[in-house]
Amino acid sequence: MYDVIIIGAGVSGCAIARELSRKQANILVVEREEDVCCGTSKANSAIVHAGYDAKHGSLMAKLNVQGSQMMPQLAKDLDIHFKVNGSLVIMMSEEDRPDLVRLYENGKANGVQGLRIVERDELRQMEPNISDDAVAALYAPTGGIICPFGLTFALAENAAKNGVQFQFDSEVTDIVPISGGWKVTTPKGELEGRVVVNAAGVHADEIHNMITEDRMKITPRRGDYFLLDRAVGGFVSHTIFQLPGKLGKGVLVAPTVHGNIIVGPTAIDIEDKDDTATTQMGLDEVRAKSGIAVKDLPLRQTITSFAGLRAHEARHEFFIGEVKPGFVDCAGIESPGLSSAPAIGVMVAGIVDDILHLAEDPTFDGTRKGILDPKTLPMEARSALIQQAPAYGTVICRCETITEGEIIDAIHRTPGARSVDGVKRRTRAGMGRCQGGFCSPKVMEILSRELGVPMSEITKAGAGSGFIVGINKDAL
Amino acid sequence: MKEYDLVIIGGGPAGLAAAAAARDAGVQKILILERDNELGGILNQCIHNGFGLHTFKEELTGPEYAARFIEQVKARGIDYKLNTMVLDLASDKTVTAMNREDGLFQLHPTAVLLAMGCRERPRGALNIPGSRPAGIYTAGTAQRLVNMEGYLPGRKVVILGSGDIGLIMARRMTLEGAEVQVVAELMPYSGGLKRNIVQCLDDFGIPLKLSHTVVEIRGKKRVEGVTLARVENGKPVAGTEESYDCDTLLLSCGLIPENELSRGAGVMLNPVTNGPAVNESLETSIPGVFAAGNVLHVHDLVDYVSEEAADAGRHAAGYIHGVRETGGRTLPIQGKDGVRYTVPSAVRPEALDPNGSMTLRFRVDGVYQDKKIAVYAGDTLLYSRKRRIMAPGEMETVQLKCQAILEHPDADALCVKLEGV
Amino acid sequence: MKTVNLTCIGCPLGCAITLEMEGEEIVSITGNTCKIGENHARKEMTNPTRIVTSTVKVTGGQLPVVSVKTAADIPKDKIFACVRALQTVQIAAPVSIGQVIVPDILGTGVDIVATRNVARQ
Repeated sequence: MYDVIIIGAGVSGCAIARELSRKQANILVVEREEDVCCGTSKANSAIVHAGYDAKHGSLMAKLNVQGSQMMPQLAKDLDIHFKVNGSLVIMMSEEDRPDLVRLYENGKANGVQGLRIVERDELRQMEPNISDDAVAALYAPTGGIICPFGLTFALAENAAKNGVQFQFDSEVTDIVPISGGWKVTTPKGELEGRVVVNAAGVHADEIHNMITEDRMKITPRRGDYFLLDRAVGGFVSHTIFQLPGKLGKGVLVAPTVHGNIIVGPTAIDIEDKDDTATTQMGLDEVRAKSGIAVKDLPLRQTITSFAGLRAHEARHEFFIGEVKPGFVDCAGIESPGLSSAPAIGVMVAGIVDDILHLAEDPTFDGTRKGILDPKTLPMEARSALIQQAPAYGTVICRCETITEGEIIDAIHRTPGARSVDGVKRRTRAGMGRCQGGFCSPKVMEILSRELGVPMSEITKAGAGSGFIVGINKDAL
Repeated sequence: MKEYDLVIIGGGPAGLAAAAAARDAGVQKILILERDNELGGILNQCIHNGFGLHTFKEELTGPEYAARFIEQVKARGIDYKLNTMVLDLASDKTVTAMNREDGLFQLHPTAVLLAMGCRERPRGALNIPGSRPAGIYTAGTAQRLVNMEGYLPGRKVVILGSGDIGLIMARRMTLEGAEVQVVAELMPYSGGLKRNIVQCLDDFGIPLKLSHTVVEIRGKKRVEGVTLARVENGKPVAGTEESYDCDTLLLSCGLIPENELSRGAGVMLNPVTNGPAVNESLETSIPGVFAAGNVLHVHDLVDYVSEEAADAGRHAAGYIHGVRETGGRTLPIQGKDGVRYTVPSAVRPEALDPNGSMTLRFRVDGVYQDKKIAVYAGDTLLYSRKRRIMAPGEMETVQLKCQAILEHPDADALCVKLEGV
Repeated sequence: MKTVNLTCIGCPLGCAITLEMEGEEIVSITGNTCKIGENHARKEMTNPTRIVTSTVKVTGGQLPVVSVKTAADIPKDKIFACVRALQTVQIAAPVSIGQVIVPDILGTGVDIVATRNVARQ
């Protein structure tokens, strides 16, 4: 019997796992997909919100501000790409000023540091591409940007380093109480845990509803995005939000930690929790709204568009707590869930510890080194590295200059990449302007070689998503 | 690291032809840097025939055409490095590159020749809505899998875009046992060569739907189907949707010159071609940096790539030997009335060989019948030639006698346009 | 009289050729700009042929397949039979460009030849 079974290997589940790995406990993370970071955590705005937006007094507000404050240290400890770039909420009309002031007051009450309202001239200086109609903005210097994959993988790897186990391709189909805990059914067999944590993202309601009559409903809220080429990466330096006003709620325009520009999202409530298809309407909406707060956004430089789902609960609040003895919900984790993740981890681990009274693990090591990026090395050191490990001398992804060495590293980590998307999210191979056109066959070959599986079994993202359906002339 | 007079970035058809020509023009120390594990570039995966009709007066496949030029390079003892990625080109022509054997290294050549080729426009840049499952490939990615590795990437195929690689892959996949259902083309005309439409689609009864695009991709894990719709004025027309069940969508929606290195060096680019703006010597805005082939503008036939690259190689040799005129006036060359762009886009009369000729290459912006290509210096007609048909899929070429340009010293620009017959 | 429209594939110009036919008889050929066009049109009406390119499995090579072609064109209606005949062919590395892989394919008198080199692994 495990001490703790965490359902969901998204950013919340991994943050919880990592916090719990400070303790002496037998911990398992079960995930329905083939890898860490396959749901909401992989497709979002990649923003660390400062915390002025969430309603004062809410759990969301508290965890957002705490999480955002924890992020710089966590990023250091776990070697994550994170940058405090500051955010601006742009007010487009003088009539909206009371709303801007309300936002400022809410942020101050939430404890967000350094908030102030900047007027037209200063705003222009801060962001030359801001719309000519922009009047003023709420400036939050503590707002940041982060690689959401990087954060989730780092938490997972650090948890694994401290003894947490991961089990993939394991959708939980049933949970029943047993003596001293819970029995969790997956296609890979039955698991028993003293405590179960529900961190199942958009599926958290289904998991919750397995154990209680007190129903929960999570609505997948789809957000469509554009990602622009690094060639226009300097278009804005701050995260640009638009103050909801008479022009409606806008979309954000922000740099990413890797130098792209991200634009989005929409907010479209849908039924299907696996439907991350973009729609013409959604993309058109992003296109239309993207031009409100900034001018001449180079959308022609789009390298990809995508959609992600937020786990929306009607009350727009995080639901964290023990709902049945030994069953802990971590549900309704929509934006600012990514920003709050470090604090969510601490809070949920605390709840679990209150139940199990776990002993500290003296061997806990809270640091992790990310995949070595040879681009960050000085020339001499980089050459020395190639001499030592020649795979770092072979570039596989031309657009992002990702070497074979980095890809091999990604495959052999724990938990490691097993699919082309797994490699892509860990290394950025295939994330550039050609979107894997050149490198995906090579990544497939490397996966095949390193994992010892035939090319025909290499997938984009797990079972059913194979690239190769046969060999030449096999059906002639 | 040994230093070189000329570093050629890219060992595809452009780089190979440029190297051979530069050597023949007397440049001794030439180095080709190639990122793949063999010379020949994308030709190695273009196993269909139709290459070399102009250059060799015979019909070769891509690998055979490449082999001829590789032989030329080897016979001349020109140095090359494989599996070598150029990471940076500086404005002072310092080349930073990397491979397994040499690690990271720098070269400081007198001249650099850009021959990096082009890449395919990916799905993301096309903004096709829908899901993002496995089974969406650019035609070139599928071409590599099928032709070089023997893997079939799909069995029921829809192709978006009628670029040449898409047309060629329609035939290749058909002959390897896949069912190609339809080729959809956004424009009212095909972007590919006519003979490819005949031999790759018509021969196999594969329909080509002009003015159609993909408006939806279905399937969560693997493509399960796509929806096509007719397009008018750039927008899909409601009610014209047709659904296809397929496991694969191939994209052949245009090629983009790979100019990240050029941009990094500060080379001025032409926004129409996405390639460097060059003068009559195929020299970019940085003196001593030349460009040729698909990195300069996307060609229709490799024969023209070789021809252009050899020109560039000779001009680079002239630069290295210091025999070339560098001063003087620069006249812009403008494309008008149906001419989308010209390469070169500027000419320095002082740099022209009075007994020689200058090749102007361009593409038209639509399908034109019975028109005249006319070149003017100021108001004076220098050249005209009748063409029965011109289409965007095919590159047009004009050979101008340099003498004709030099006879009009007062002209402030050259202009290439289409006129009625 | 019936008219047949063809696109010449003799060169990239792709001339639009119009044939006027009286039964099996070609009455006129127009639209071509050179002799190749006329020849092409006559051939397409009487004995259409194509060069076929494909791949054949290689054992022990640096690549799993080698590209091949028919050394000359073969009748158009034999294209599929030709590739089917290559389905089970295997060739051991090294393979060199021009090497005959299958002599006299389908009794056409035309060889299947390799169009690239494949070195031993």
